[in-house]
Amino acid sequence: MTPTISLDNVSMVFGSGTDAVKALEDIDLAVQPGEFVSLIGPSGCGKSTMLRVIGDLISPTEGIPHVNGKSPHQARLDRDYGMVFQSATLLDWRTVLENVALPLEIMGVDRPERDATGRRMLDLVQLDGFANHYPWQLSGGMQQRVSIARALSFQPSILLMDEPFGALDEMTRERMQMELLRIWEETETTVLFVTHSIAEAVFLSTRVIVMSPRPGRIVDHIDIDLPQPRGFDTREHQRFFELITVVREALRAIENESP
Amino acid sequence: MNHRTRSILSFLGIVASLAVIWEGYKWMGQTTGGTWPYTTVRLPIRTNARSMPHLWDIAESLFQPARRGGEDILLVILLRSAWFTFRSAAGGFLVGSAFGFGLGILFVRSSIAERGLMPYVVASQTVPVIAIAPILVIWGGRLGLPQAVQVAVIAAYLAFFPVAINTLRGLRSPAATATELLRSYAASPAQQLWKLQVPAALPFLFPALRIAATASIIGAIVGELPAGLSRGLGRAILGFASSFSSAPEKLFASVAVSALVGILFVGLVALVERSVVPPNRRVTVDAERPLA
Amino acid sequence: MTKIRSYGPAIAIFVGGLALWELTVRLFNIQGFILPAPTAILAAFAAETSTLWRAGLATFLSAVSGLAVGTAAGVLAGMAASRFTLIRDGAMPLAIAANSTPIIVLAPVANAWFGLTSPIGTVVVVAVLVFFPVMINLVRGLLSAEAQELELMASYAATRGTTLRKLRLPAALPYFFSAMKIASALALIGAIIKEYFGGPQERLGQYITLKAGLFQFEEAWAAILLASAFGIAMYGLILFVERKAMPWHVSVRS
Repeated sequence: MTPTISLDNVSMVFGSGTDAVKALEDIDLAVQPGEFVSLIGPSGCGKSTMLRVIGDLISPTEGIPHVNGKSPHQARLDRDYGMVFQSATLLDWRTVLENVALPLEIMGVDRPERDATGRRMLDLVQLDGFANHYPWQLSGGMQQRVSIARALSFQPSILLMDEPFGALDEMTRERMQMELLRIWEETETTVLFVTHSIAEAVFLSTRVIVMSPRPGRIVDHIDIDLPQPRGFDTREHQRFFELITVVREALRAIENESP
Repeated sequence: MNHRTRSILSFLGIVASLAVIWEGYKWMGQTTGGTWPYTTVRLPIRTNARSMPHLWDIAESLFQPARRGGEDILLVILLRSAWFTFRSAAGGFLVGSAFGFGLGILFVRSSIAERGLMPYVVASQTVPVIAIAPILVIWGGRLGLPQAVQVAVIAAYLAFFPVAINTLRGLRSPAATATELLRSYAASPAQQLWKLQVPAALPFLFPALRIAATASIIGAIVGELPAGLSRGLGRAILGFASSFSSAPEKLFASVAVSALVGILFVGLVALVERSVVPPNRRVTVDAERPLA
Repeated sequence: MTKIRSYGPAIAIFVGGLALWELTVRLFNIQGFILPAPTAILAAFAAETSTLWRAGLATFLSAVSGLAVGTAAGVLAGMAASRFTLIRDGAMPLAIAANSTPIIVLAPVANAWFGLTSPIGTVVVVAVLVFFPVMINLVRGLLSAEAQELELMASYAATRGTTLRKLRLPAALPYFFSAMKIASALALIGAIIKEYFGGPQERLGQYITLKAGLFQFEEAWAAILLASAFGIAMYGLILFVERKAMPWHVSVRS
C-alpha cells in the first residue's frame, strides 16, 4: 500500500551563507492511510516547516516528499489536503457559511451545492445556528471549529493541522479534541497534527513523532496503542499515563543531549 | 542586488520614463503637427515650446536672469520666495500642530468635548481656505498683524486637522491592560497621559506631522494668493502664470521649486521622526488628509 | 436617548455658536465686510440662490468628474504597483514624494494647457490631486493580506486572479474607503482653488473671488457655506457607501 504521506531524506535550509538556518535534516517519514500522526517537539524543531513542505507552501532544499504518491505540488493542485492553522484565519468580510464554502467557491462548485455542503459541515462541527454570523461575532473556539469545517468542506483525504487548538482554553480544547476524533472516524481522513502538548498528542494519535530542534530531526516514533474509539475514560486509562511518560522521557532525552 | 539599490534604480527608472514620455510626446506632436499619428485627432495638450518647454530649457531658465536686465537669476529669486513661504508655513505648522495636539488631548479626556466639537473639526476641512483667506487678510489688517502672520494662520488652519485626528487615535492606542496596569499603581490622570498615552501616541503623531508639513506649505502658498503679497512662492507662481505666454519655463520652474519645498519639509519631519520613533514602533496611518 | 447623548453637544454648539455670532455682530455693530451676521448670509443666499446653485453644481460636477477619473487611475496604478515588485519599489517612494508636494500649484499649468474656458483643466487638476492618496492606500491595502491568509489560498491552489478577487481586494476595501474620504474633500476644495486661478465663469471659485474682491462678504460667505455643504454631502455619501460595502469591518460593526 502506498503511504499517504512519505518523506525521503528531506532537508530544509532557510537563508544562505553564514545566516543559513537548517530547519529540517534528513527527515524520513511514512504516514499510512487513516493514521492520526502527531508531531511533537520543542519550539523551533521544524514541525511547522515540515507541515508546510508537505503542503507545498514551501519547497524543501533536498529530498523528495510524496503526497498520495504524487508531488506535493500536484497534490495541492488536486486539493488533496485541508489545512488548519493555529489562528482560525477566517476572512472578516465573509459570513461563517461563506467562509466554510470558500474552498468550494474557488474550486468552482455552484452556489446551491456549496451552501448545502457548507451547512452540512457546520452541522458536523455543531455550529448549525451560526451560518449567517460574521467571524467577529464568534468565540475563539467557535472560530476554530469554523476553520476545521472549512478544511473538511471539500473532503480532502488529508488534514494538515498546525497547533489548531494551541490558543484555546483547556475546556474548549478537550471538547474540540473529542470532536476532531469523531470527525476523523466519520470521514476516514489521514491527519498530520502539530502540537506541543504531550497529553494532546497521546490522546489523539495513533502514532507520535518526537522531533529535536536545530536542526529539526525525527528522534523517535511512539505507537499509541490506546483502544479506539477514544473517550473521556481514555484520559483515565493506565496506559494513557504510561504513554505520556514515554513521550515525556523522549523529549527530556533531547534536552539532555543538546545543552 | 539588494532591496535598497533595486528600489533606487526603479525610482530613477520611473522618473526617467516620465521625462522620456514628456519629450517623446512633444517630439510626436512636433512631427505630426499636433495630432495623433496617422489621424487627424488633435492631441489633448499642445506640444509647442509655449505649452511644453523642453525639460532642459526649464532647467536652464533657473540659471538665467529672472527679469531682463535684472541681476538675480531665477533660482535665487525662487529660493528667496521659497524661504519666505517656508517661514510662514513653518510658523503655521508649529502653531497648528500644537493646537491639534491640544485638541487631541482635550478630546481624549472629555467625551462631551469630542462629541460637541469633532463634527466641526471635520467640517472645517471642507471649507475652501482660499475663500476665507481674503477675509483673514482683512481681519489681520484690522489687528495690525504682519502679512506673514496672516499667511501662517491659513497654514495652521490646514495643519491642525491631521494632527488632532491622529493624536486622538494615538492616545487611544494603548491596550486596555496597559491602562489597567497604571490604574493599579493609582497613577493620576496626568501621569497616565504623560507616561502611557503620549508615548504611545508618538508613532501616530509623526505620520500626521508629515501630512501637516505638506498641508502647511499648501496653506502658505494658497494664503499668499489673495493676500496681495509681493513675496512668496504663491505670488511668484501667480506672476509667472500671467507671463506664461512669453516665458512658460519660468512657471514650470517655480512649480518644480514648490514641489521641492514640500518634499524637503516632509523630509525634515521624517528626519526628526527617525530619531524619536524607533523603526519597530512606526505605524502606517492614513490620516485624513486635508488640502486647502 | 442615546442619540440625544451623542448628537446633543454638537447640536448645542451649533445653535449656541450661531446665536453668539449673531449677537456679537449686532451688539458691537460689526460691519459686514469684517464679519457678516448669519442672518445677513442667509439673506444673501436667498437673494443669490439661482446663481449660487448654478455655480455650485458646475463646480461640484467638475470635482466629481475629477474624483472619478483620479480614483480610477489611482486604483489601476495601485493594482499594477502591488502586482509587480519592481514597479512598486520605485513607484511607492515616488508617489509618497509627489503626495508631499503642493500639487495644487499645477492649476496655472492646467489653465495654460487646456485653456481658461475649458472645464477639462479643473477635472485634470482634481484627478491628479486624488490620484496619489488613492494609489498609495490601495497598494497598502492590497498588500495587507496576512501571510497565513495567503498560505490558505495557496493551499486551495487558488490562482493569482482568484486570490486577488477573494482575498486581496476585499482586504483592501477599508484602505480604499479611507482614501476616498480624503479624496472627496480634496476634490471639491481642489476644484475651487483651481477655479481661483482662472476657469469658466459661473463657478464657485470665481464667484467667491469676485465677491470678496467687491467686499461683498455676505455673498462670499454664502458661497463658502454652500461649498462646505457640498463637501460634507460628499463625505457623508462615502461614509454611507462604506457602511453598506463592508458591514463586517471594525469601524462599522454595531
